[in-house]
Amino acid sequence: MNKVRLMLMLVGLLALSGAALADGHVVEIEYWQYNFGVRVDAMNALIEQFHEANPDVRVLHNSEFPYANFRDELAASAPAGVGPDVVTLFYGWIPAFVDAGYLVPLPAEDFPEEWIESHFSPMVANSKFEGSYWAVPTAVRSLALFWNKDIFEAAGLDPETPPATLDEFVDIAIATTTYDGDAEIMNITQQGYAPQLSGQAHHWFREVLLRQYGGVPYNEDNTEVLFNSPEGCEAFAWLASFETEHKTGSNDLFNGATESFLTGTAALHIDGSFRLGAIAKDYPDLNFGVAELPVGPNGERSTFGSYWTHGITRRAAADEARMEAATRFLQFITTAEAGALWVDMVGELPAQLESIGDPELQADPRLGAFTAGLEYAHATFFVDEAQQRQHLIDAFDLIRLGGMDACDALAEGAALEQALLDDFWAGRG
Amino acid sequence: MLQMTVARRKMLWAYIFLAIPIVFFAVIRIYPAFFAFAMSLFDYNPLAIDQPYVGFDNYQTLLAEMNKPRSVTRAAFVNTAGYIVLGMPLQLLIALAIALMLNEIRSFATLFRLAFFLPFVTSTIAISWVFRWLYQPQFGLFNVLLKAFELPQQPFLNNPKQALASILAVVVWQGLGFAVVIFLAGLKHIPRVYYEAARVDGATRWQTFRNITLPLLNPSIVYLVVLQSISFLRMFAPVLAMTDQGDGGPLNSTTTVVLRVYREAFQRLNMGYAAALTVVLFCIILLVTIFQLRVTTRRTN
Repeated sequence: MNKVRLMLMLVGLLALSGAALADGHVVEIEYWQYNFGVRVDAMNALIEQFHEANPDVRVLHNSEFPYANFRDELAASAPAGVGPDVVTLFYGWIPAFVDAGYLVPLPAEDFPEEWIESHFSPMVANSKFEGSYWAVPTAVRSLALFWNKDIFEAAGLDPETPPATLDEFVDIAIATTTYDGDAEIMNITQQGYAPQLSGQAHHWFREVLLRQYGGVPYNEDNTEVLFNSPEGCEAFAWLASFETEHKTGSNDLFNGATESFLTGTAALHIDGSFRLGAIAKDYPDLNFGVAELPVGPNGERSTFGSYWTHGITRRAAADEARMEAATRFLQFITTAEAGALWVDMVGELPAQLESIGDPELQADPRLGAFTAGLEYAHATFFVDEAQQRQHLIDAFDLIRLGGMDACDALAEGAALEQALLDDFWAGRG
Repeated sequence: MLQMTVARRKMLWAYIFLAIPIVFFAVIRIYPAFFAFAMSLFDYNPLAIDQPYVGFDNYQTLLAEMNKPRSVTRAAFVNTAGYIVLGMPLQLLIALAIALMLNEIRSFATLFRLAFFLPFVTSTIAISWVFRWLYQPQFGLFNVLLKAFELPQQPFLNNPKQALASILAVVVWQGLGFAVVIFLAGLKHIPRVYYEAARVDGATRWQTFRNITLPLLNPSIVYLVVLQSISFLRMFAPVLAMTDQGDGGPLNSTTTVVLRVYREAFQRLNMGYAAALTVVLFCIILLVTIFQLRVTTRRTN
């Protein structure tokens, strides 16, 4: 019986592909992403499934670019008239790529707005820009609190109780810092918490601390910088105090805050779900836990959400058959099932709410905290992610290295950021 | 054609073979250089279909940036000036002193020369990373030594006041070998008889150096001043490798013009502005070189 079914299926498949070939209708499209081992494997698995279901389309998977060169490669390919039909971009790059006319809006009949908004994690709405959706993801990420259980235990703290509020976070950071001599940054032998603005701390400030202190980073339509408010000053000063006042750590020590946590010399760390894979691979002995980010002074929860997302390029749109194939491929790689495959293979959380609701995922001791965060995550609207990050790095350095007041430093960053936003929106006018 | 002599035919082939690198040079170096001039007049984003012509807008932006106190473009030009003004004379002075000493010794001369030349042929990125470790605030060798002598530890690369000097020290040291070799070659060319005559006349060591060595070394000095200045104006790799995230920080204290060109062009895809920066840098290098050639070649007798 089974054999007969298999035979029938094979015959059917052959007939289908034969017909497609006979018509000369095998459409070849290119899919590009940067090289990150597990993501490449996961996408290869999805492409294989897609080929089985769609014998009239062939997807060439090109992922031979290191992260640092990915944008250069896209930039070099575009004038040469080659490149991807479907491309995976960091969500924060979307406005710049839309601005350049590189992406086309997702076809509304295949990706209805209501469907996206009712099926995907709310942060995906960030890819809506000037009335259209330009990209849709397979998976999303959020930030959570990592803590080192061994250090907690050595400091006489309960290794199973991470800080739940910002005040507790400060207390524990102070309690777990050790010095060789006076309580000075240079004498630190073990860090309680070290803010790394070039890492995730700028996101923690912009979308979490700021909101918990009652501020917002930008206005509704993202044309105006609002993080230099009194609430912003307070939140930024709180973050800087770890280095200037409590002296619990610095990104200058131990080759950076992330490395410090990974090598077991830092008690507390804020990071994304993507870090789990790296820890499992390179630091399997690290005894750590993951919890939701501490709540703010008024008990408000927030986290920063981000995602790599897939868009369709103008190259695909120039040819009807390619556009149709690209759309079908994009639909295939953004289903709830694709998201479930992704979380298993990559460790990133599924983008569709249906898969996020999976009780097994929510109960996972490590992924659970990130999953819970998806309900209240905010994604920043970036016009130039690297530059906007740099503004906060510099503002933070003005405080810790230049001795500047948090409010003045933040005002300088805000002025530069406003100029950047003005420039971007002027170009769209 | 058929009557060509063997000598002429040889010459023809020589031209044909020599033409290959010339064509390569024209297509890969000269054409893009001129293309950069043109690009600086456009709002050039390689991802876009249209590259709108904007006239001198990119240069106006550059000028406006130069007038803002904490702009990164301004920091890049100021730092680059700092690297050349401090680095070039320092490097040549040290190199000259070493070359004079190396010129005196007879035993193990090759070994000593090798020691000074080795850093020059070592990869800049490798050296930069080694020094990044040496400068590390807790376990870096320099701070361990300071601690051992009970001196206060220093932040080096992590402090905007010390970072430029910390990077400059590495660059000066790495380029020393090249300058030493050029000076040594220059010293070998000074005829011994001049020194013997000076000794007979009862000249002091300083007089000998001042009136014989220095003037006769002038061609080497001119060559090195021009070449090293250009290399300091083009500073890039050590800053990229020795600063956090390669951003030329902290607080833009180490960034250079070329690093900005790279960031603007390949990170922000703002190629028109990056091209404008390269054009300005090109003009500065040209002016500095002409000026130096004029000034340093004046006295030759």
